[in-house]
Amino acid sequence: MPQHDSAFATALALILDLDPALLGIVVLSLKVSLTAVLIAALLGLPLGAALALWRFPGRGVLVVVLNALMGLPPVVAGLAVYLLLSRAGPLGDLGLLFTPGAMVVAQLLLVLPIIAALTRQQVEELHLEYREQLRSLGLSRTRMIPTLLWDARLGLMTVVLAGFGRASAEVGAVMIVGGNIDGVTRVMTTAIVLETSKGNLPLALGLGIVLLGLVALVNAAAHLVGETARRRLG
Amino acid sequence: MNDMLQLHTPACIAPLELEGLGFHHRGQALLSDLCLRLDGCRRTLVLGPNGAGKSLLMRLAHGLLPPTHGRVRWQGEIPRQAMVFQRPVLLKRSALDNLCYALGVNGTPWRRRRPLAREALERFGLGALARRPARVLSGGEQQRLALARAWLLEPRMLFLDEPTSALDPAAIKAVEDAVTDFHRRGTRILMSTHDLHQARRLADEVIFLCGGRLLEHTPAERFFTAPATPQAAAFLRGELVW
Amino acid sequence: MRTGLTLATLGLMGLSMTAVAQDEAPYITLASTTSTENSGLFDAIIPQFREASGIAVRVVAVGTGQAFEIARRGDADSLLVHDTEGEERFVADGYASERADVMYNDFVIIGPAEDPAGIREAESVEQAFSRIAQAEAPFASRGDDSGTNRAELRLWDAAGIEPGGEWYRELGSGMGPTLNTAAGMDAYVMSDRATWVAFDNRQNLELLFEGDEALFNQYGSLRLSAETHPHLKHDLAAQWHDWLLSDEGQQAIAAFEVKGQQLFFPNAD
Repeated sequence: MPQHDSAFATALALILDLDPALLGIVVLSLKVSLTAVLIAALLGLPLGAALALWRFPGRGVLVVVLNALMGLPPVVAGLAVYLLLSRAGPLGDLGLLFTPGAMVVAQLLLVLPIIAALTRQQVEELHLEYREQLRSLGLSRTRMIPTLLWDARLGLMTVVLAGFGRASAEVGAVMIVGGNIDGVTRVMTTAIVLETSKGNLPLALGLGIVLLGLVALVNAAAHLVGETARRRLG
Repeated sequence: MNDMLQLHTPACIAPLELEGLGFHHRGQALLSDLCLRLDGCRRTLVLGPNGAGKSLLMRLAHGLLPPTHGRVRWQGEIPRQAMVFQRPVLLKRSALDNLCYALGVNGTPWRRRRPLAREALERFGLGALARRPARVLSGGEQQRLALARAWLLEPRMLFLDEPTSALDPAAIKAVEDAVTDFHRRGTRILMSTHDLHQARRLADEVIFLCGGRLLEHTPAERFFTAPATPQAAAFLRGELVW
Repeated sequence: MRTGLTLATLGLMGLSMTAVAQDEAPYITLASTTSTENSGLFDAIIPQFREASGIAVRVVAVGTGQAFEIARRGDADSLLVHDTEGEERFVADGYASERADVMYNDFVIIGPAEDPAGIREAESVEQAFSRIAQAEAPFASRGDDSGTNRAELRLWDAAGIEPGGEWYRELGSGMGPTLNTAAGMDAYVMSDRATWVAFDNRQNLELLFEGDEALFNQYGSLRLSAETHPHLKHDLAAQWHDWLLSDEGQQAIAAFEVKGQQLFFPNAD
């Protein structure tokens, strides 16, 4: 297929030209996904840790629901956020629909279950090992949370990266709540869908390669940090 | 150390009373009807065959587990306590940071943590390993680090659950010396062990458990020379006890 | 630990602000169809409107059915679609106060170059559709309740055929994906001319039939009801609506070309 050769050429040209429109799309993609992941981490890490430490009625159901939500189809998340933020919906007055803010909310909905559920699993394992020692030191469960999160940090970094992967690869949700508006809510994935629908396959694939490169870059940076920490801490 | 001894005269440690203490799990009595009083600043060694309930007794007395029967009562102010486990649980940080962490939990002001931690590392012969990740230290070094951590908490009551069972002779010696140091500083010791020689070396008094019941609580000399129960006598002869 | 958390929170707030803050020029949100967006028409005419009025237009390009739904819920300030019947019903239902013809383009029948059903020589679109059905040649339908899909179903109806069976494939996709799929399986497909001309991944597909008046594709602009949705930017939307119908707007539409072809023909009254 000759198209594939030209896709790599197109990707290369896109990067080398530093096309301002592409740059805008890349920056917006990163801003939206990183913001969503950051908020999801700030909420999901303590939430997952709390779920690992406390036993309460209905906890099992909550854990199952959280695990199931990891598989939430992005389109369904998008539709739910759309109905929520639509003028006719309960949060319509915020005027967030078709803005990057709405896209952050939609991605947050997709990423939060992943981070919370996987954090619960990792912290629960570590807690099993640390429980007696920490209780012997006189720590309450609330005070155990930062300690456990910090000591599980290498594993949790992978968890957050998984969340970032889901956010940046996702298209169904941001398409619905963002509207793929040129220069306002167009991100890498929705641009790829648009170019595909125009039959402009080399450009679509080229954009895909750029996106892949970006995600790889973020992962490589995190990997580097993780390896350094691992080498220092054994 | 002298001023510490004066500050911590043994009589100030509140006596610990276990009243009808029991622990049942899934209908099985792992420990039952245990009555015991620990006072003064003695080194009490807990002996007994496997499954006698030694570890469980430690955990109940230290408050890591709530008993299902009876209660743990301190006659007076609950003293500072610490516990050293058979397998030391160290955090994924450097040796120094492990100690600083414990000081932080303890409420020690930030500026004082590092000097105190350094001092404790030196004291336990770990000064050169301060920056090493705690989890790559050898078994003996890890146990010494756990003891250093306990040392910094200045406990009046120290629990040790078979702290030497996985160590080589040199490391065992280091742990025993540490226990002696703790005791000299005015800390009451409750320690379980499988090693009868170690018990002879360290014990002021002995608690003998068998099958989840307390069979003897006597001064060490009497226990080793004239045990009151046939089970203890058999145990001392190295026979299987049920 | 606590300071770290505070810093992280502050940084996050800053980031979300920049993510949400956009250029604050006055703008309207326009719900329209993928065919107009994909052809590049909006890229050509919106900057001209912006220069004339200072108003930016944010286009949400979706299927006609979804565009109606977005407008019905009050999530768009203006609507530009191609389903005259549906548009008139929208006005009758009270969601829009006014509808006007803006322009038209036409539908064309695309198919494999070998033309197994022989529609090149057909005299009318009805005859072309009958031949495809008789030959049971693969036909790719949008199947997404879009304006194009609705027009296609009306044509089958007019030809007295109820399409179905192995050869008739409802894809449930937009125009571009449907063309991609048709190219992949050598199927006949009905497309709007604009999307077809701009479409690059043709493979073996060719334009086989065009020119019948029944393939006429009318676009209409709607002003949404101020009573149903008082929060919308009706003033700005009215300027857009009026500009589309003005000489300036109509000329801008006529001047838009792709590969040397005019794609949209202004026909405001």
